[in-house]
Amino acid sequence: MKNVHELKAKEKKLTEWSYVWHPIERGYNNRTLYVNVGTLEIKEKPVSQQMKEKFVGGKGFGLRLLWDATTPTTKWNDPENEIIISPGPIGGITQYSGAGKSLVVSLSPQTDSVMDSNVGGFFGPFMKFAGFDALEIQGKSDKDIIIYIDAINHKVEIFEDPGFSTDSHILGEELTEYFANDPKEAKNIGIVSTGAAADNSLIGMLNFTFWDVKRKKIRLKQAGRGGIGTVFRDKKIKAIVAKIDGVKPNLNNVADMEKITVPGRDYAKEMAEYDDIQNQMRKKGTANIVNVMSDYDLLPTHNFKFGSHKDAYKIHSDILRDKYFTQGINDACWIGCAMQCAKGVDDFIPKTGPYKGQKVIVDGPEYETAAGLGANLGIFDYDAIIEQNFYCDTYGICTITWGTIVAFLMECYENGIINKEITGGLELNFGNIPAALELLHQCASGEGFGKIAGMGVRKIKQYLIENYNADPNFLNDIAMENKGLEYSQYVSKESLAQQGGYAMTNKGPQHDEAWLIFMDMVNNQIPTFENKADALHWFPMFRTWFGLQGLCKIVWNDIIPPDNKFEKEPHKIPKHVRNYLSVWEGVTGIPMTEEELIRQSERVYNFQRIFNIRRGYGLRKHDAQPYRAAGPVTVEEYESRAERYDGQLKELIGVNPEGKTTEEKIKILRKYREEQYEKLLDAVYERRGWNKNGVPTIEHLKKIGMDLPELIEVVAPLQ
Amino acid sequence: MQITLNNKIEVFPNETLTIKEILELKKFTYPKLIVKLNDVIIEKEDFDSTFVKEGDNLMILHLLAGG
Repeated sequence: MKNVHELKAKEKKLTEWSYVWHPIERGYNNRTLYVNVGTLEIKEKPVSQQMKEKFVGGKGFGLRLLWDATTPTTKWNDPENEIIISPGPIGGITQYSGAGKSLVVSLSPQTDSVMDSNVGGFFGPFMKFAGFDALEIQGKSDKDIIIYIDAINHKVEIFEDPGFSTDSHILGEELTEYFANDPKEAKNIGIVSTGAAADNSLIGMLNFTFWDVKRKKIRLKQAGRGGIGTVFRDKKIKAIVAKIDGVKPNLNNVADMEKITVPGRDYAKEMAEYDDIQNQMRKKGTANIVNVMSDYDLLPTHNFKFGSHKDAYKIHSDILRDKYFTQGINDACWIGCAMQCAKGVDDFIPKTGPYKGQKVIVDGPEYETAAGLGANLGIFDYDAIIEQNFYCDTYGICTITWGTIVAFLMECYENGIINKEITGGLELNFGNIPAALELLHQCASGEGFGKIAGMGVRKIKQYLIENYNADPNFLNDIAMENKGLEYSQYVSKESLAQQGGYAMTNKGPQHDEAWLIFMDMVNNQIPTFENKADALHWFPMFRTWFGLQGLCKIVWNDIIPPDNKFEKEPHKIPKHVRNYLSVWEGVTGIPMTEEELIRQSERVYNFQRIFNIRRGYGLRKHDAQPYRAAGPVTVEEYESRAERYDGQLKELIGVNPEGKTTEEKIKILRKYREEQYEKLLDAVYERRGWNKNGVPTIEHLKKIGMDLPELIEVVAPLQ
Repeated sequence: MQITLNNKIEVFPNETLTIKEILELKKFTYPKLIVKLNDVIIEKEDFDSTFVKEGDNLMILHLLAGG
């Protein structure tokens, strides 16, 4: 760690802007903060009533501001591109669990379109308490800078980086010490930063800190998806810091606190009573499902080829609970959250890399990390998974993205598409832990084959086709990306609805829009295309709502009330949906129904779809999926589950598999599955009010109150 | 026995099985389940004493997961 006193002596302020603070009114500041790091302009912008009605907050505000700031041809590294951070009207309350989330929106270096990424930690709520509903950063600096939002003196400052460390786990500690006048103030500081990889790759992510009172250390939560960390460093931002004078019970000045506290207390009671017999989120975090996913053949293994592995027991979640995660400690990433699932590994000692031999705290592994950096790479060793987790975090790399990239490269290596000559000596076989770690270090430093890996799956695929005559058909089948974003860590082959839940997403295949595998594949609750389309309407819209409000999705369905089984639609966890209606009304004073909740999301969801269309994407062809997401690509895959696939040939397609080669059977199954997916697109588009090309109809936009002239201009030629 | 399990025909070699045994055979290890036998909710503490027989309609609903 650098000497903070020496850093302070070198501080050089570039600009300062003062503002008049006023209290939040029912969840809104009614203004946003604009910072141009190129021109050093800082100003506030009013939030109109229409902005609140149409875009609500969070991702909605981010999308609206980004649309207005950019043109259809703006590139991710143009000065016009922005990074917008916004929590939403409910964000920052402490009386209902999971209310510390922010949404980060930008044009992505990976997808060339709109990216959104949700994240916990302190910065979002602190920025809101400082007086702003969103932070909008534009421009490009020519030197490394720190943006400081000082909510005590009501100032925003930009100063030159006096020489802070680069990687987040150290940078966060340095900045906390730098801005805290005494150790008690550490809890009042929220930081956004990234790490070395964001300078040297297209997959950089952002870390948001939270202060762990018990451990007296900073912790890290990630806005991982789509390379927004790379945009951050392209603007030469080293960190953004917000400092407040403390969290008080009602900084949101809500309309009716009882409408929040009553369901909030009830929810906390559910967690206290039932978590231990349900998911054990407080003991295992989201990684509790690693073994469950393996049992249901859903744990991605060897680049999504398989859903389970004989060694999967070695990464059973009990091992994390019993050997790695510190127990009996409040691991909430925002104040007041009863879920407390941000588990951590204390005093972990990396065996490789720049921090080899040092004791560090590792945030996670969460499920996606354990699956992506473990099973998907053929690595069934928690020491290796946790070491990759630590380095991904501090280097500023999304663990989901990195897992899918390395899995793809390993399959390419095992198929001879790349070799030691190309990788610079790395033997990228599945399960090779030293090679996986070395590739990660190379990516962070922008050296060797790590530089290629840091381009992301889509660009690697193009690189291999252009430079090494790789078979484009095979690569397109096994490269687990859609829209330029890497898949998150679930095997979707046996759930048609989840295939749509992944590939029809606005930003790319992330499970935060819909997770329908159990409903579809196991429960058989949504057998018809109409059923699946209904699910692919309600769930993505409901889940979008969390990202408008500053809420965490996990809190909704990772604890189940005991009387849920008597509900008409138990899979929606209706009691918790009713809680959210009450919390919204409690904060804003505006009554809410489930229908209006879905409508709020529909407006923003359709806006994002049209934003994609405006940029030349967002059509049916962009919802295509790699065949690996839908079925067995290789003979090895088919034969590993031959009984299942042969049965489907007979029962679903009416073809007798006997006497046919595996290649012939793969071809027949593929034709069927691809036709099913096209039918799914038709059904879902119709349900969502879109035409056959995936374009929202003008009639639908009028119905949901989103017939804004700028949207009509985009969709009118495509009706 | 032949039963309907989650709206699909399923055949087991046994004449009868408890719900607990069916969960084990199917590797249904997920903890958040709603079990209905012929439309009657079966509580978790009764899984090992409730028998499923020929022709029964068994629903084992897995609630959502995934953040």
